Amino acid sequence: MSVDINMNGGPVILKAKDFATDQDVRWCPGCGDYSILKQVQTVLADLGKQPHETVFVSGIGCSSRFPYYMETYGMHSIHGRAPAFAAGLKMSNPELGIWVITGDGDGLSIGGNHLMHLFRRNFNLNVLLFNNQIYGLTKGQYSPTSEENKRTSSTPYGSIDHPVNPIALALGCEATFVARSMDRDVKHLKDMLVQADGHTGTSFLEIYQNCNIFNDGAFFSFTEKATKPSTTIFLENGQPLVFGAENEKGIRLDGFKPQVVDLNSGKYSKDDLWVHDESDLIKAQILSRFFDDHHTNEHALPRPFGVFYRTERPCYEDLLFGQIEKATGTLGDGNLDKLLAGSNTWEIK
Amino acid sequence: MPVLQTLFLIFGSKLFSYNMKTQMLEKEAVIIKFAGDSGDGMQLTGGLFTDDTAISGSDLATFPDFPAEIRAPAGTLAGVSGFQLHFGSREIFTPGDRFDILVAMNAAALKVNLGQLVPGATIIINEDGFDSKNLRLAKYPDGVNPLEDGSLSGYHIIKIPVTKMTREALKDSTLGTKEQDRCKNMLVLGLLLWRYNRTMDTTLKFLQAKFKNKPDILAANETVLQAGYHLGDTREDFTDRYDVKPAQLAKGTYRSIMGNDSLVLGLITASKKAGLPIFYGSYPITPASSILHSLAKYKNFGVKTFQAEDEIAAVCSAIGASYGGNIGVTGTSGPGLALKGEAIGLAVMLELPLVICNIQRGGPSTGLPTKTEQSDLLQAYYGRNGECPLPIVSASTPADAFDAAYEAVRIAIQHMTPVILLSDGYIANGAEPWKFPKAADIPEIKVEFASARENGTPFMPYARDERRVRQWAIPGTPGLLHRVGGLEKEDVTGNVSYDPANHEHMVKTREAKVELIAEHIPEQKMEAGSDHGDLLILGWGSTYGVCQAVTRGLMEVGYKVGHAHLRYLRPFPRNLGELMSRFEKVMIPEINNGQLAKIIRDKYLLPVVQYNKIQGTPITNEELYDFAVSLL
Repeated sequence: MSVDINMNGGPVILKAKDFATDQDVRWCPGCGDYSILKQVQTVLADLGKQPHETVFVSGIGCSSRFPYYMETYGMHSIHGRAPAFAAGLKMSNPELGIWVITGDGDGLSIGGNHLMHLFRRNFNLNVLLFNNQIYGLTKGQYSPTSEENKRTSSTPYGSIDHPVNPIALALGCEATFVARSMDRDVKHLKDMLVQADGHTGTSFLEIYQNCNIFNDGAFFSFTEKATKPSTTIFLENGQPLVFGAENEKGIRLDGFKPQVVDLNSGKYSKDDLWVHDESDLIKAQILSRFFDDHHTNEHALPRPFGVFYRTERPCYEDLLFGQIEKATGTLGDGNLDKLLAGSNTWEIK
Repeated sequence: MPVLQTLFLIFGSKLFSYNMKTQMLEKEAVIIKFAGDSGDGMQLTGGLFTDDTAISGSDLATFPDFPAEIRAPAGTLAGVSGFQLHFGSREIFTPGDRFDILVAMNAAALKVNLGQLVPGATIIINEDGFDSKNLRLAKYPDGVNPLEDGSLSGYHIIKIPVTKMTREALKDSTLGTKEQDRCKNMLVLGLLLWRYNRTMDTTLKFLQAKFKNKPDILAANETVLQAGYHLGDTREDFTDRYDVKPAQLAKGTYRSIMGNDSLVLGLITASKKAGLPIFYGSYPITPASSILHSLAKYKNFGVKTFQAEDEIAAVCSAIGASYGGNIGVTGTSGPGLALKGEAIGLAVMLELPLVICNIQRGGPSTGLPTKTEQSDLLQAYYGRNGECPLPIVSASTPADAFDAAYEAVRIAIQHMTPVILLSDGYIANGAEPWKFPKAADIPEIKVEFASARENGTPFMPYARDERRVRQWAIPGTPGLLHRVGGLEKEDVTGNVSYDPANHEHMVKTREAKVELIAEHIPEQKMEAGSDHGDLLILGWGSTYGVCQAVTRGLMEVGYKVGHAHLRYLRPFPRNLGELMSRFEKVMIPEINNGQLAKIIRDKYLLPVVQYNKIQGTPITNEELYDFAVSLL
């Protein structure tokens, strides 16, 4: 629940529905976006966020309609550029809680450049990347995260593009918070949203999201009960990497090589397993490479969900304001008359 | 025995040469061209001589002209970098057509500039730049040396072994030869300061500040500067010194200013007067980069600069900053404006303040990065998808960029719109004396952010006042929650709307908002001449100087002409049509293929005459004068 100042100046207790606008939500029925929208509204209320201090900034695509449905401030900008708008907004108004909403096409294709620079600069804001491995709004072309050989309207003979690995990309750019979740695990998603928001710096949360019209079931092997235990691994800081329906499997490191081990075989115990350390960038990068296609590779390592990496680094806006403060401290508040006169003047009498 | 020779015998040559050999001549105006390799420091030499000239009270105009490459192959024609300075005791409007003095640091510099000398001009030549290698690189045929073949006989040639003399002056220095040679521009500068009856004070002050942490380099530069100055005193063939009296400019305090610096001061002044910080998002591009460099220095004025990852991010960050309540500004040149087009369209839709500075250069594509052109006017007008009008203001001279920048910010804020501010390479790098204003005399820019409705009615982000201007509602303000975006807005509520009639209404509304700005800008005034007559010279941007000079020249010989220069290119001043109708003919000179002429014809159905030059260089007085006469 949350408290905001209402029109009359008094406090109001806010619930998830108070973060919903009066606009009709126009995603396709059954779209994974509905779940994400609901969890974001719930988490904001739970965290006691103030709507007027929160801004959602998006680009173009299905996911980017998000701001219209949030009773906060919002900007539905242009394709791929949400990170740049958000950066400018943060530098002008650093107290705002900013959420960048993007998708696999918006954030990794047309806007890939901006995402990369957003990560390295480390503004204090959150990026939610809805990955559905397809272009939905333009009716079903393959996306930069689509698997090879994917047949779509623009690839009738199958896609010959090799997919990008969003988590590896974020780690490569040294994002300071890198995590993955999914639309269909509400509890995990909420937890990741809370952690992303709690991180000071740019938080990157990739969310596997089902497009039931153009790419239905792309992530079912990770999200559905029957397969989820064996295809996914949920990361917890300080805990060994175990997975499986009975937690019967684990991951150990053989040098730099991850290896799936059977904990029931008697050969390995939990003590032999890789213990997740969110502060270890090298290990996070190895984890990010648990990326084999489960449809084509039966020996694929389980797909990790949770926080891959988390570190503290000064935020860009703090450094910027620090420089301004320092310059003002040293030189004093800028004097306009002195500025206009410059260093060399002469009189005409 | 003549008296002078007797004196020589008595006092010795030194005293004689110091005091008796030279005579002081008065000059009304002088045009100097400094030319050398792009590594010869000609821009610095020209700049320093300009500063000193300004302080001496002359009116002046400059035209730096350099290759796009930082260090084009040494000695080649392509690598020649030049700096042109026109100064005098009368009003100076342009850097001038032809040079009285050429400083040629090598054979290529001579060859490139020879065609632009006045008959009998003085050429100061660095002999060391005319060896066989230099001659070959300058594409002189084998065995041809212009210093020896008599081809320069119509000029007054002063040959100086600049490189050798620099090394000689620095024979006790610990600097290596390469570093010593980098001081050779100071020899030339010293000599010219002597020749124009100046002191070395300003230059020494500059050097001391620039090299305060490099005492050996400072000492070397000072030594060579002094050597050049004393060369004037000692060499027998320097018989004349020239005195250019201060110009009769309006009374007041002046400084010298370059166009991009003046633009920066205009932005900062507007920021102070509006009480809002400037946020400048930009990506390096010639010739706009120096705006970023300058603004980055002024952090204590609250200026935020952001070197974005590309042109698009630059403008988007500026829009984000405007949304957050800063004055979002981005700066670029033609190719960058093309990249920013989509985002500027969004700013038109969002109806947020934004200033886009476009320092034009030769195009299309990469074009001529270091050369000037006025060829982005149509891009500024029409270079976006959809019906996407926005106001356009333009700077006419280096000092005028100050007022233009202030106006751009004022219009952006008060009319909630992106504004394109056009300048060009010629204005950006040119310098002129500027009678700068007092801060207190500059009007405030009133800013009114939206605040929560007291009666509790919901905030309507796209409700408008009589100027069709919506309110600026800053995130973080309670009671104003709303969403903005690029999808068509429903009038008043700002909700997404696909309603056909609403779209047409909104297109017309955005257009009307821009057109109504005409009610809030001054009427078009005349810059020179009568307000009716046979010919109106209608200019915009950096043709200001040549339009002034030509108009005054024509008036002097009795023609009935006038000059009007447009600051406001969209909307036009409300009296422009009426003003043009008072002349028999309207002629529009532009450094493009006729872009303003096209717009004026379209809007006013007037058969205007166009004069166009598209060579990456300014229009000369001579050619425009001749063309104007042909119309009269």
